[in-house]
Amino acid sequence: MAETLRPDNDQSVLDVVRWAAAEQVPLEILGHGSKRGIGRPVQAEYTLNLAALSGVTLYEPDELVFSAKAGTPLAEIEKLLADANQELAFEPMDYGPIFGLEPGTGTLGGVLAANLAGPRRIKAGAARDHILGLSAVSGRGEAFKAGGRVVKNVTGYDLSKGLAGSWGTLAVVTDLTFKVLPRPERIATVLVLGLSDDMACAAMAEAMGSSHEVSGAAHLPKGMARSCGLSVESSVTALRLEGFPSSVSYRSEALNGMMRDRGAVETLDVPQSENFWRAIRDCLPFGGRSGPLWRVSVAPRAGAALMARLVNEPLSYFFDWAGGRVWIEVASGAEDAAEGTIRRAIRAVGGGHATLIRGSAALRTGISPFEPQPAPLAALSRRLKENFDPQGILNPGRMGS
Amino acid sequence: MSVAMPGPKAEILARRGEIAKALSRIVPGEGVITDPDGMRPFETDGLTAYRQMPMIVVLPETVEQVQRVLRYCYDNEIRVVPRGSGTSLSGGALPLADGVLLVMSRFNKVLEVDFENRAAVVQPGVTNLAITRAVEHRGFYYAPDPSSQIACSIGGNVAENSGGVHCLKYGLTTNNVLGLEMVLITGEIIRLGGKHLDSEGYDFLGLMTGSEGLLGVVTEVTVRILRSPETARALLLGFPTNEDAGRCVGDIIGAGIIPGGMEMMDSLAIQAAEDFVHAGYPLDVEALLIVELDGPGEEVHELIERVEAIARDNNAANIRVSQSEEERANFWAGRKAAFPAVGRISPDYYCMDGTIPRKALPKVLHRMKEMETEFDLRVANVFHAGDGNLHPLILYDANDSDQLERAEAFGSAILKLCVEVGGVLTGEHGVGVEKRDLMGEMFNEADLAQQERVKCAFDARQLLNPGKVFPELHQCAELSRMHVHKGQLPFPDIPRF
Repeated sequence: MAETLRPDNDQSVLDVVRWAAAEQVPLEILGHGSKRGIGRPVQAEYTLNLAALSGVTLYEPDELVFSAKAGTPLAEIEKLLADANQELAFEPMDYGPIFGLEPGTGTLGGVLAANLAGPRRIKAGAARDHILGLSAVSGRGEAFKAGGRVVKNVTGYDLSKGLAGSWGTLAVVTDLTFKVLPRPERIATVLVLGLSDDMACAAMAEAMGSSHEVSGAAHLPKGMARSCGLSVESSVTALRLEGFPSSVSYRSEALNGMMRDRGAVETLDVPQSENFWRAIRDCLPFGGRSGPLWRVSVAPRAGAALMARLVNEPLSYFFDWAGGRVWIEVASGAEDAAEGTIRRAIRAVGGGHATLIRGSAALRTGISPFEPQPAPLAALSRRLKENFDPQGILNPGRMGS
Repeated sequence: MSVAMPGPKAEILARRGEIAKALSRIVPGEGVITDPDGMRPFETDGLTAYRQMPMIVVLPETVEQVQRVLRYCYDNEIRVVPRGSGTSLSGGALPLADGVLLVMSRFNKVLEVDFENRAAVVQPGVTNLAITRAVEHRGFYYAPDPSSQIACSIGGNVAENSGGVHCLKYGLTTNNVLGLEMVLITGEIIRLGGKHLDSEGYDFLGLMTGSEGLLGVVTEVTVRILRSPETARALLLGFPTNEDAGRCVGDIIGAGIIPGGMEMMDSLAIQAAEDFVHAGYPLDVEALLIVELDGPGEEVHELIERVEAIARDNNAANIRVSQSEEERANFWAGRKAAFPAVGRISPDYYCMDGTIPRKALPKVLHRMKEMETEFDLRVANVFHAGDGNLHPLILYDANDSDQLERAEAFGSAILKLCVEVGGVLTGEHGVGVEKRDLMGEMFNEADLAQQERVKCAFDARQLLNPGKVFPELHQCAELSRMHVHKGQLPFPDIPRF
């Protein structure tokens, strides 16, 4: 059983990593552990748990910026921002429900480590696009800072982005500064019913290519809408509009008109809209289940083509990001969770990547949870890791392909 | 202006003829320039105070040529400086006396426009504006819009993470690039991203953008294109004091309004711009604010009214709302011509580029006024007010060496002030050689060491654009040494479970 260290200040984090580097002791880096099941299982004698390194250290609503310690619960930050009518515009998803955990766990450090994003990714970017600066301890046991607290900053390399999506394998982040944006005053969702995957991807492409500033575009195949709180049997293509009330009504009207030729159109209002997009964000159609779950990213228009190639596989799926993000749940018995089949299909439709988000420890050890990289890129990744963590003590193997 | 560059290697200079021959075999015809007259246009970039003739200029046309040139330079330990259109304002493309200048201007094709996936695939030498030109017939555009967009290349934009007026709402280059193909100094090709989003794996796309040509040479870029907003209108707001204007900016953002652009000019800049383009700017105000609102017509109409009310609350003395596309363009004409306008009232000017937290604006402007007396030089201010990115233009005469020195000292003092109030040395122009020696103001040795290690992962021999960004060149071997602190477990004061 690994021993857990819970430092509650920066100096203690530095002490632990320095010691681990000196003694070559691997550490598993954790916040709340809500995303612990993603990537290769980490074999480490010690767990460095940052949950006690918590608290907001700066919040200036007029400057659209806040800073907080890495272990600060995301829920606490979201509440603080909401009270000032602001939010993290990239809409970080909550992975908890996929693993059968209570919603609302997760820390700010985890937001960056996993480069979280939600349905608004297509308009507002991911965590990587909103991080402004950070402090961290490298695997060498060196404390450093990167970036700053202003949006326009090209002073040196964008190391904050370099740590986005690095799953705790390069450095232990202790403090983060993010930009925030005003919360939209109003939300509405235009639904188009009964479209095939291909028609849906075409409809979403048309909507995204319009000037109506669509901030979410998802498609649920037939029979799946109920798991997102809609009492509809047919397939549902959902287009979200957000902003000032008059603008939302105006655009909603325009989008309704644009979609009318494609299928039956309905409009969802506020509470239903919010619940629906939270369900899409947190992948609730596949929440609390156990089948292997893949998260695929392809060009938006390639989503339907990808699933057409997998039509004979025992799986269920739905689309976010206008067709570019596909969640695929494979039947439990499928060999290697259909890894080879899915990766080949992605290559055939123009490229992208697949990440195994949920799978048994044995499965995650046996196959490659992350998209395998071409040799030069894999070598470059290795060199970056060696420069930041030469002893390989931070989350060893987690991103290993 | 002077800055110490890495000393030329005598053994490389001695082999110049042989190197030129070898490169001509890789890039035949006009692709290799060795005569001084032919190389002259390349001795400087947009920061003309620094000049250096390169050893050899190479203009490759294919990715394979780029690979072979870099591989040859790698095998022979020859330094390479990549260059796009040469519009850098920080000396990013300043050549080295013993270096090959790798000019990417022949890579000027738009390879693919994909409206359904809202992406364009272009070669790095394509100008920023040409991307918009290639997609505007379908109502699309490429959002980042640096002032030099007519000339600057997208490859250079990636190198510098270029900004522009629209960044407040639509992000910088780094938020609008979906994919890259690049060649490492070893000649290896790396492809990152594409038309899809967020590859798992380290975010090399994020590290490359703004890396100033020190990590790799970009040979293809995939960018996000956006549908043009339905409408755009601008307000021209004059204020009696900088404080009023600064507060107005904060209040607009505080009201949840993110304008497509929000620019401020001080009285000297207003005067110069008005004399130059006659846009009808008010001359009896201390600060001018241009606020552009874009989006659905209904929304813009409503927000114009909201912004107008906020401006009145902040003592705006002059309020004009554009009533036509022509008038909107006219509001912008003065701001867009601010640099050349200032060039008309002074023999030379030195353009700075710091960013500060918005609320520090009045304090910083006040300090700058005091510094004008201290350094006995005038400064005109234009800035991206929405994101706190300042462009003070220090007026001086380069023929007077004393003025030149004072201008440099003034510039340094302004940037130190930016860092002091919680800001940064450069918002969009890059560090290059210009701010290299100020990096210590913002970063300590450990901070810089991490950045240098990124460099080591890409280019361990430090052949790509050395002498830029980092005040000191450390050998990668030196950086990779572990300084082991024998620790003592168990940590008695750390809670365990």
